[in-house]
Amino acid sequence: MKNILTGLLLFLIIVITGFLLLNTADTPKTTEALLTKYQEKRVTKADHSGFAQLNKKFNSPQEVTRECITCHNKRDEQVMNSSHWNWEREEYVPGKGIVYLGKKNAINNFCIAVGESELSCDKCHIGFEPAGTQRKFTDAENIDCLVCHDNSGTYSKGANMGGLPDPKLDLSEVAKSVGRPGRDNCGSCHFFGGGGNNVKHGDLEKSMLAPGSDIDVHMGTDKADMSCVDCHKTTDHKMAGKMYTLSSMNTDRSYCEDCHTSSPHENTVINEHSLKVACQTCHIPVYAKENYTKVFWDWSTAGKLKNGKPYIEEDSAGNDTYMSIKGSFIWKKNLEPEYIWFNGTATHYVSGEEIKDTTRPLVLNRLYGSYDDPDAKIVPVKIHRAKQPFDPVNRYLIQPKLFAQSIGEGALWKDFNWKEAAAKGMEYVNLPFSGEVSFLNTEMYLPVNHMVSKKEDALKCTDCHTRDNGRLAKLTGFYLPGRDYSGVVETAGAGLITLTLLGVLGHLGMRIYSSRKNRNAKV
Amino acid sequence: MKKVLIYKGFERFWHWTQSVLIIFLAITGFEIHGSFSFFGFENAVKYHNIAAVILIVLIIFAIFWHFTTGEWRQYLPTFENLRGQINFYLLGIFKGSPHPFKKTTLSKLNPLQRLTYLGLKLLVIPVMVTTGLLYLYYRYPQNTKIEALNIDSLAPIAILHTIGAFLLVAFIIAHLYLITTGESVTSNLNAMITGYENLHDEHNTEERSVNTENISESRV
Repeated sequence: MKNILTGLLLFLIIVITGFLLLNTADTPKTTEALLTKYQEKRVTKADHSGFAQLNKKFNSPQEVTRECITCHNKRDEQVMNSSHWNWEREEYVPGKGIVYLGKKNAINNFCIAVGESELSCDKCHIGFEPAGTQRKFTDAENIDCLVCHDNSGTYSKGANMGGLPDPKLDLSEVAKSVGRPGRDNCGSCHFFGGGGNNVKHGDLEKSMLAPGSDIDVHMGTDKADMSCVDCHKTTDHKMAGKMYTLSSMNTDRSYCEDCHTSSPHENTVINEHSLKVACQTCHIPVYAKENYTKVFWDWSTAGKLKNGKPYIEEDSAGNDTYMSIKGSFIWKKNLEPEYIWFNGTATHYVSGEEIKDTTRPLVLNRLYGSYDDPDAKIVPVKIHRAKQPFDPVNRYLIQPKLFAQSIGEGALWKDFNWKEAAAKGMEYVNLPFSGEVSFLNTEMYLPVNHMVSKKEDALKCTDCHTRDNGRLAKLTGFYLPGRDYSGVVETAGAGLITLTLLGVLGHLGMRIYSSRKNRNAKV
Repeated sequence: MKKVLIYKGFERFWHWTQSVLIIFLAITGFEIHGSFSFFGFENAVKYHNIAAVILIVLIIFAIFWHFTTGEWRQYLPTFENLRGQINFYLLGIFKGSPHPFKKTTLSKLNPLQRLTYLGLKLLVIPVMVTTGLLYLYYRYPQNTKIEALNIDSLAPIAILHTIGAFLLVAFIIAHLYLITTGESVTSNLNAMITGYENLHDEHNTEERSVNTENISESRV
């Protein structure tokens, strides 16, 4: 009895010590507190509708900007230092040194490059460059304050007007409404990148204007109802968080940890994952939840005409599968991201760079990172694949002239002549063109950061920790418990256990047999 | 023959707790390994880690017990009669020969047991504890920024841990079977449950070697 009691006591001590040792996790910062904070309604600091200087007829959008600067002086300088204005950033790239990178000189995997197509492309520039003016990015009057600060919901840029607003707008009404940028301000460009809703990102599209929390737990109007600038915190018109389609350095980023801390889970083992796994990896199990996103764009088929006229083909879901001006597309919805190692640095293919290896797809923005890199984590990405025009003699990508106002100016979208469009476009960017147009497979990596799911919908352990077909099946070169094993050890171990079992059974059989024999012998 | 307390209270508590823990660790461990699914991966990891800590605490108590009681001497290896013991398992047992080894409270493990258990205690268990702790904490030295402490890959740790696990499972199978080879089928099991076993009188120990040598003759 005494023994049993001592045994029980010892057992209890051991169990309690065990649990105490294991329960050393940090107390998680409650998401409830964050939810309350962001659900509070913001009060506008200044009501611009009462300002007399805005209560007049504006003849041009530049007049509005002048009026803004009279009070908000120096703000124009901040804006003119921003990448939203300059369309380029100063970046340090390992192996290249300091480079100036942006829409001006990087090649993207969608409409290729801005080139001579400003009249069309500039509707997503925060400035006014009307037809005939040379883009200088130096004139403060050409800053478009309203596109970001309009709170009336009426402001919009005109089509192919070089960034000028729709002439029918009442600019005074817009000016009187200004305030903190809302989702529709950011979304008017960022949701339509690549030339249509959700073409580019997959996780940024018009459903994010008023999503349910099942689509995005942060922006869901039934939950936290956060706007873009709640996370993309801005000081002096510089925003945190940027897209690696055009960024190279691990700076000015916006992290989940900024609000959620680096140990938000109650389970220590899950918190430890954050050393190697980005939050997004588990918490964005699927993207493009509401609308389709473009995953493949084949420029090589562009230019076909029916009865001499360009045409469009649609699939049953209403997505364009072919456009004479742009080629063929594949669209996908409810996509599982692909996964890569990423340390926050990247390098980009820029205009005129020679492509040495044409047997593999050209990666337009190579994201660096590997398992061995202590700064790298596994992140989810959308990989947009394409076939882009390529000069096989000069071995660089072609930047064709896509847009023009009328036929006969050599634009692909008007004349449907690849060689002519290539010649015009390359002349504009001052690069020799051989006269030959072939096509090259290209890839662009877009980290998926939005459309964070509810925690119940996050990935489960066995989505990755599984022998076959896990989410990380393609990410090899490191040992992942549950997925990886040593084939030799596995075979030897199974062999050892089989032999032991056989030995035991054989021995037992012989014992039974011999004991019977011995018994019979005695009788 | 005399009924003797051969396994003391703590010893039995240690043995049974350890056996339950090791079997539980094997089940949860091989689930984490991807061999099958039973508790669910997250639970398996949680249970495995808790059981591991309990086992380590138990091992610390057991080491303390072995040294304070002097019982560690039971595992000193001897090659004397090793062949006799092997012969018994390979041949004698089928002929109904008596056990070549006579248990006493001072020497309760046969030469084969001594070697096997010593191997477990000095090799397999330390390797399992070390690789297990490294498995849990291998990432942390990286925070100190001391290059030499960095462990770049989990693979050798995990694979060693797997090798140990296979060895332990094979051991348990053999062990479970061999406990039926005592004086009677259940005498060893009974001894580990009650602590008592009928042993030959102490003075017989000296005759042990004589006995072994005489086996073959006595059967003729």
